[in-house]
Amino acid sequence: MPGVTPSQTVGPFFHDALLAEDQTRLVDEEYPGAIRLHGTVYDGAGEPVPDAMVEIWQADSRGRYPHSDAPLKASEDSESFTGFGRSGTDWEGRFGFVTVKPGRVPGPKGTDQAPHVLMTVFARGLLKRVVTRIYFPDEEASNAADPVLLTVQEDLRYTLVAEPGAGGLRFDVRLQDGPGGEPETVFFSV
Amino acid sequence: MSRKVDEIHGVEAPADTGDAPHPPYSYPGYESTRLRAPKRTLTIAPRTLSELTGPVYGHERIGALDNDLTRQYAGEPLGERIIVTGRVLDGDGRPVRDGLIELWQANAAGRYTHAGDRHPAPLDPNFSGAGRCVTDSEGRYRFVTVKPGAYPWGNHPNAWRPAHIHFSLFGRSFRSRLVTQMYFPGDPLFHQDPIFNSIPDERGRERLISSFDLGITEPEWALGYNFDIVLEGRDATPMEDH
Repeated sequence: MPGVTPSQTVGPFFHDALLAEDQTRLVDEEYPGAIRLHGTVYDGAGEPVPDAMVEIWQADSRGRYPHSDAPLKASEDSESFTGFGRSGTDWEGRFGFVTVKPGRVPGPKGTDQAPHVLMTVFARGLLKRVVTRIYFPDEEASNAADPVLLTVQEDLRYTLVAEPGAGGLRFDVRLQDGPGGEPETVFFSV
Repeated sequence: MSRKVDEIHGVEAPADTGDAPHPPYSYPGYESTRLRAPKRTLTIAPRTLSELTGPVYGHERIGALDNDLTRQYAGEPLGERIIVTGRVLDGDGRPVRDGLIELWQANAAGRYTHAGDRHPAPLDPNFSGAGRCVTDSEGRYRFVTVKPGAYPWGNHPNAWRPAHIHFSLFGRSFRSRLVTQMYFPGDPLFHQDPIFNSIPDERGRERLISSFDLGITEPEWALGYNFDIVLEGRDATPMEDH
């Protein structure tokens, strides 16, 4: 595409500009059905990445996006629900959000997608962002039929499914294969 | 444009893939890509409503002076006062209206107001280095700030970043999300900067260099630079099926 402005790294010093306000809560923690979605970003040595920024974009619990070309529909989850979240990583490479599980969103050719959250990661050393998807562990049947997940190499699909745990749903991002054989997270071309 | 840093590091210039001007993930001249650049081929999935929509983000949070980095404190920051303005367009040439632009930069001495910046250049108590604004109905934005200084970094011997301003933008969809950097014309440090030179296509590199514009300059006040930004197009119209 001629003319598009090239991407450059976010660098290590974006915090005061991009993280000045807390955008990690898409809904109130007291909201019924609120979930904590958290994880760690790791590099190829298995070390946490402390200077990354993670953003998410998701539909509300009914599967609706408050997107820019459609009238903003009041969400069932919150009148202020924008579907967007942003979190820095801390010194241990950890990020976290409070949000809702999205509903099903239309896919290509009349299909329905499994509930999913889009995630993008920026960091020093990433000349352009990486993009991935988070799927939900309690959606085995809809995950198995998801038109996007089906494009992913079968033995790597599990890297896109969050793990349930006491602290909420955990989703780790591995920018490269880890030293213990942990596979690189699947990243998408968008 | 010379590619001396590549020669220094024995790095082959990346192939111009032709599909996009973006740099590759892995660029050995930029040391920090070594453990962070993904190595597997990206998965090409169908674009769905998820990728073709994007956040309507931030408008109501913007203050009247958020785009003037010289008026955030009681005193004025030191340095060469500049105006940076331009238009934000999408890949189809349409203006991106009401789009949030966030910006961050080093001060005139080449130091960021950030705990992680150890460069022994002075901090400026009157400069945060952070600003934001929303594009108008023609996609236009405008910042008043000071020209950032060059600063050293540990990437290779005697490495200095060319003066630059970081920009973060949202377009019409999740696809068009962009973080980039604006450079200044005629900078003598371009040839040895692997971040700038990671962009394979010379025309792509040139799109990151602002142009000095006497028409933007304000007499007796500030020099003017133009920097237009083109985001990815959406390539499809999202439909709400229900």
